Amino acid sequence: MENDQIDKIIEKHQSDASSLIQILLEIQRENRWLPKDAIERVGERLEVPLSRIQHIVTFYKAFNLLPKGRHEIHICTGTACHVRGAPRLLDSVQDLTGIKPGETDMDMKFSLETVGCVGCCALGPVMVIDGKYHGKMGPSKSEDVLKNYE
Amino acid sequence: MSEILLQIDGKEVKASEGMTIYEAAKSAGIFIPTLCHHEKLTPYGACRVCTVELETAGRTRLVAACVYPVERNMVVRTRSVKVGKTRKVILEELLAHAPDSEDLRRLAREYGADADRFEKEPAFCILCGLCVRYCAEIKQKYAVGFSDRGPRREIIFIPEVASKACWDCKECFELCPTSYAQAAYVLTEALAFPDRASASAPEE
Repeated sequence: MENDQIDKIIEKHQSDASSLIQILLEIQRENRWLPKDAIERVGERLEVPLSRIQHIVTFYKAFNLLPKGRHEIHICTGTACHVRGAPRLLDSVQDLTGIKPGETDMDMKFSLETVGCVGCCALGPVMVIDGKYHGKMGPSKSEDVLKNYE
Repeated sequence: MSEILLQIDGKEVKASEGMTIYEAAKSAGIFIPTLCHHEKLTPYGACRVCTVELETAGRTRLVAACVYPVERNMVVRTRSVKVGKTRKVILEELLAHAPDSEDLRRLAREYGADADRFEKEPAFCILCGLCVRYCAEIKQKYAVGFSDRGPRREIIFIPEVASKACWDCKECFELCPTSYAQAAYVLTEALAFPDRASASAPEE
């Protein structure tokens, strides 16, 4: 991510150190993850020490410090999805993509995460890709869904 | 500043508003053990070793003396049975993290804490925050900070800052009750800027 892009976001928040989390989130929305350079730039511009930013970005799970793929797969492992077969779904998605939860594949195509409940237990097991919900997923159905992403 | 009268261990103690129980006790010559307290730093209340019993309206509760502000007519006990038991368990828990810390072992002997009570989980750091606060408040270098949260929380030296700021300082090593600050620094140095050490080592 370019420095002037980051500067633009910082200026939108009047270079206010109390908007630190908002600024970081906004950078992440554009870039999908927070590169070290971006964190250093933000610290420099807002005059917030790196150790403080480090504390914040590692505290909140919303921040990604590792590169994310073009598509984010979230597999619900909440209670309802679990009993409806989320573990089997997770296994098959892991096999198909070759990555474990928290990882990103070499082609930067997919990132995989497990999540708690996504609030539509009747559709379980649920897989969310880039915010789109895919319900009643099974191993073979997930293969068809994943094929549609490039 | 208005004066506040309170009772600590049965002794009438005069304190001024805004003081903590720890400070009031200290001014009256009553010793309260601490691990994470440093008079030049903002109180943090991390180690809980300074736990005292506070009586209000006939009920007692446990508070951390280093952060609890004094109030009028409060009754504080620093040496009660309950306080002793509580400190003992706190020390036992801290010892599971840093079994060989001299400061901890000394307190453990005093309170009869059993170092082997809990399964060892040596992180060697008790997260007292002395190094983090000292670096930020006194030195204003921010070379060391906390990272992550919950059971994974730890102190880390920021390599970019530490490679410049720590070399001539290293003052946090002395403060650390477990020597982990030094270990964390040496590890950071070895991983991130090993040349720094060899470059300034005396010629043999």
